[in-house]
Amino acid sequence: MNPVIKIEKVNKIYHTGEVDVHAVRDVSLEIMPGEFVAIMGSSGSGKSTMMNMLGCLDRPTDGRYLLDGVDVSGLNRDALAEIRNQKIGFVFQGFNLLSRTSALENVELPMLYNARGAMSAPEQHAAAMDALTIVGLAQRSGHHPNQLSGGQQQRVAIARALANKPSLILADEPTGNLDTQTSIEIMGVFQGLNDKGITIVMVTHELDIASFTKRNIIMRDGQIITDKLVDNRLIATEELEKLRAAQRSVKLSA
Amino acid sequence: MRIFATFRMAVRALRRNKLRTMLTMLGIVIGVCAVISTFSLVNGAKSSVEAQIASLGQNVVLIFSGSLSRGGVHSGWGGAGTLTIEDATAIQKEVSGIVSVSPELRSGSQVSAGNQNWSTTVLGEGDEYLEIRQWPLSDGAMFTPQDVRGANKVAIIGLTVSKQLYGDASPIGQVIRVKNVPFIITGLLVPKGLSVSGSDQDDVMIVPYTSAMKRLFGSTTLRGITAQASDPKVLSDVQHQITDLLRQRHHIQPNRDDDFTVRTQEEIAEAATATSKIMALLLGGTSLVSLIVGGIGIMNIMLVSVTERTREIGIRMAVGAKGKDILLQFLIEAVTLSLLGGIIGSALGVMASKFVAAKMNLPTLTSVSSILFAFGVSFFVGIFFGFYPARKAAQLDPIDALRYE
Ligand SMILES: Nc1ncnc2c1ncn2[C@@H]1O[C@H](COP(=O)(O)OP(=O)(O)OP(=O)(O)O)[C@@H](O)[C@H]1O
Ligand SMILES: [Mg+2]
Repeated sequence: MNPVIKIEKVNKIYHTGEVDVHAVRDVSLEIMPGEFVAIMGSSGSGKSTMMNMLGCLDRPTDGRYLLDGVDVSGLNRDALAEIRNQKIGFVFQGFNLLSRTSALENVELPMLYNARGAMSAPEQHAAAMDALTIVGLAQRSGHHPNQLSGGQQQRVAIARALANKPSLILADEPTGNLDTQTSIEIMGVFQGLNDKGITIVMVTHELDIASFTKRNIIMRDGQIITDKLVDNRLIATEELEKLRAAQRSVKLSA
Repeated sequence: MRIFATFRMAVRALRRNKLRTMLTMLGIVIGVCAVISTFSLVNGAKSSVEAQIASLGQNVVLIFSGSLSRGGVHSGWGGAGTLTIEDATAIQKEVSGIVSVSPELRSGSQVSAGNQNWSTTVLGEGDEYLEIRQWPLSDGAMFTPQDVRGANKVAIIGLTVSKQLYGDASPIGQVIRVKNVPFIITGLLVPKGLSVSGSDQDDVMIVPYTSAMKRLFGSTTLRGITAQASDPKVLSDVQHQITDLLRQRHHIQPNRDDDFTVRTQEEIAEAATATSKIMALLLGGTSLVSLIVGGIGIMNIMLVSVTERTREIGIRMAVGAKGKDILLQFLIEAVTLSLLGGIIGSALGVMASKFVAAKMNLPTLTSVSSILFAFGVSFFVGIFFGFYPARKAAQLDPIDALRYE
């Protein structure tokens, strides 16, 4: 099997003001289809920078990036836009939903720009509803982002990432501002998607969240310092059950 | 991306800021309204000038006594004229291309019938005058060459004179008195209505020029000569021939000015349309300027909108919108804005010109082509002034746009 993601000696240097920030240094990495990877590291270690490059939103200063065996370093803006639309579902650190636009329409957004699989309006609605059902938000399809909780907004963002049925999902701190239970629910969604064969790369600060994934990468100062498989992988459905049991007992004892 | 979906998106974005959208549109509304109403006014004026020119007759050459060439008028315009009956006869005989000629005298006079009085214009003309002017009679007959030769006391009158003196009764065969000289009415002219300058063309009485000279004005000279050429092509040649002939007959030295003026119908038409052309240019220019100002308003608001929605643009690009999708979105928004303004402006413009027509008694003519033109212009304004902001949006870098606060 060929790797989904293969980067070779990738660097990213931000030229701002007097000092150059070397956000990613000489990173090489391979991710195979079906993997579920967590990237960890302290704040400013270059995780988001990495994700933006992997998501074809940003270009590396140098180095090679092969996505599905295709070198994307040399592609133009339109070709990159098409890759973002077709191959990658991106979940942003700060949701990045369109305000004053319903959850359903937010999910439909990538379909609007899908040149290959252009759908009729009813087909689009149906597909977007399917995606919202996967994240458990079908009943809230008509709500605007400002009428949804943080966890619900994050799930809309995940549903949007699923819209064009990509084979790769990149999520930058998808559980960033969420409580433990909601975070585990989100991880449950990801595990379900991963079980269907979708490759997932996500960034997180929390070790216990990372243990729901299959492989953990730790970055420091723009470099990968640890890359290991997860031994005792947690299963979201089980953990949720435990959490609920604990909550019930607290209530009982109280 | 589908145009219709993009259009719906544009309408939604515009509805989000209703007041701003309306104020932005106002510039285009005013511009288009101005274009439509000025075009209606100018077209109205033009068509009535054209009708006026056509009512002069066909292939007409007018010869006035006195020189108009320097703006000033010498030697008794219409009064002690420089033209004579012999001049008229000479023109008829010697100028090739002339079909008919009518010597002319003109004077304001008091006319009466029974105990009714009326002040009108009395014209002395030849028997072919009505043919030259293409002016038919509604009743009776024109005076004959015999009447002219005999300086008979016969007359034809316009409808206004007939109404004033005889009410609704037929004037044919009635007696009309001018300076106490009784004339018999032989014909009634078909009404022509008001001229552009507002004078009543039907307030007129026409008698043989011989009768006017001998029996009414005691004059030996003419105020002018109306001649008809055989073909529009020979008009200017006829004009030269007449000038040469009259200079020779009047013994005018080569370095002296003419003591008469020869004008062809074409020249009169050109002079009249030149005025309306200048008017059209001035008014049209002003309204185009206001359209451009409206367009700049659109550009300004679109630039603001692009800046405000930088994050939205970033999000759209992140999920796969290409530059051309974003370009189209903002372009359609600008065009929707300007076309909507164009529709409202057209409606207001049509209403404004109807109002002007009714209140100020000016002729207006709203043509479909001027509405289409205004539409085209507002569409173009939208494209032109929307393009720069739209391109600015399309060229944003997705990651920079997403980071924009
Ligand atoms: N647009 C930019 N211009 C200049 N420097 C930047 C830019 N984006 C990131 N950096 C710098 O690059 C480094 C890595 O930033 P990055 O956002 O990748 O960190 P991170 O690991 O995602 O941090 P966090 O966990 O806080 O999200 C930081 O030092 C940051 O200051
Ligand atoms: Mg980050």
